[in-house]
Amino acid sequence: MTFADYLLLFGGMGLVTYGPRALPLLYLARKQLPQWLIDWLALIPVAILSALLAPSLLTDAAERSFALGKPELLAAIPTLIFALKTRSLAGTVLVGMLLFRLTGMFI
Amino acid sequence: MNSNQVLKRNRSGKVGQAVSAAWPICLGYFPVGLALGVLARQAGLPWWAVGMMSLLVFAGSAQFICVAMLAAGASLPGIILTTFVVNLRHGLMSSALAVHLSGASRRFLAVYAYGITDESFAVNMARFRGGNWDRWRALLVNHLTNAVWIAATLVGALVGQFVPQGAFGIDYALTGMFICLLVFQLQGRIHILTGLLAAVISVGWYLLIPGDSYIVGASMTAATLGYFLNIRRRRRSP
Repeated sequence: MTFADYLLLFGGMGLVTYGPRALPLLYLARKQLPQWLIDWLALIPVAILSALLAPSLLTDAAERSFALGKPELLAAIPTLIFALKTRSLAGTVLVGMLLFRLTGMFI
Repeated sequence: MNSNQVLKRNRSGKVGQAVSAAWPICLGYFPVGLALGVLARQAGLPWWAVGMMSLLVFAGSAQFICVAMLAAGASLPGIILTTFVVNLRHGLMSSALAVHLSGASRRFLAVYAYGITDESFAVNMARFRGGNWDRWRALLVNHLTNAVWIAATLVGALVGQFVPQGAFGIDYALTGMFICLLVFQLQGRIHILTGLLAAVISVGWYLLIPGDSYIVGASMTAATLGYFLNIRRRRRSP
């Protein structure tokens, strides 16, 4: 791919990423939101992170089927415990990588 | 101490607080960004393209997906559409942040929106909720983490060709980061319950429905169920 191809691709990706980030902010920040919406939005972060994580740990991406006991899942359990105990973002990333590497060696 | 000094001290205190809030994200971004740069080089992207992508897109998981799709020979419209679907979730985060950014100017919001990521969102929301946090510190968190992200992906791209595939467990960097961000969000029983619901629904959705709609679909469904369960619980125990 040429420079122009990459510019087109990343420019397009940038636009479709910026749109959803900017529009609700520009529109909603000038209004008083109803309490039910505030309560609902408060549950969104945990739901999104869980929805991003769970399929990557519990399914096989190539066959799109349920898979229990993937190295990703086995490494995730001690990584989760580490994160709960330390609450360190960088530490969790590094411990997760190490555990994943070790799990890959034994499976 | 005159008022000027007080002001100065106050300001450096604010900057210091923003740096200390951004610091854990930066430390986390470093291995994740390195991993992205390395994987991008292995997929055949030139180093400058990695920098361009981090600057224009600034969305970790979408960038990982883009690299994987390029390696698999996907079309440009296909990659852009997937990016859109994967990043739609930021619209939900942006809506949640709007509660704390009311009264800010349009220009401020336009600049702020660029830096809304899973990580800056999780950290800024936790601080806003705790009080003693304002939009300027939040903006600084966004931009500090953005700068580190661009630098880390560039470094990864420059050393990428010397790193063997799968070394150091780099494929797991993003997963590790999401696990810790999830832990930051577990602030009560209703959050744990919503997280579990989202896990079950997203896996089911992912298995049954092709494409990437499972992220936005499952998170909105789980948040809605969690919201109603919370109302029921509150009614039972007044």
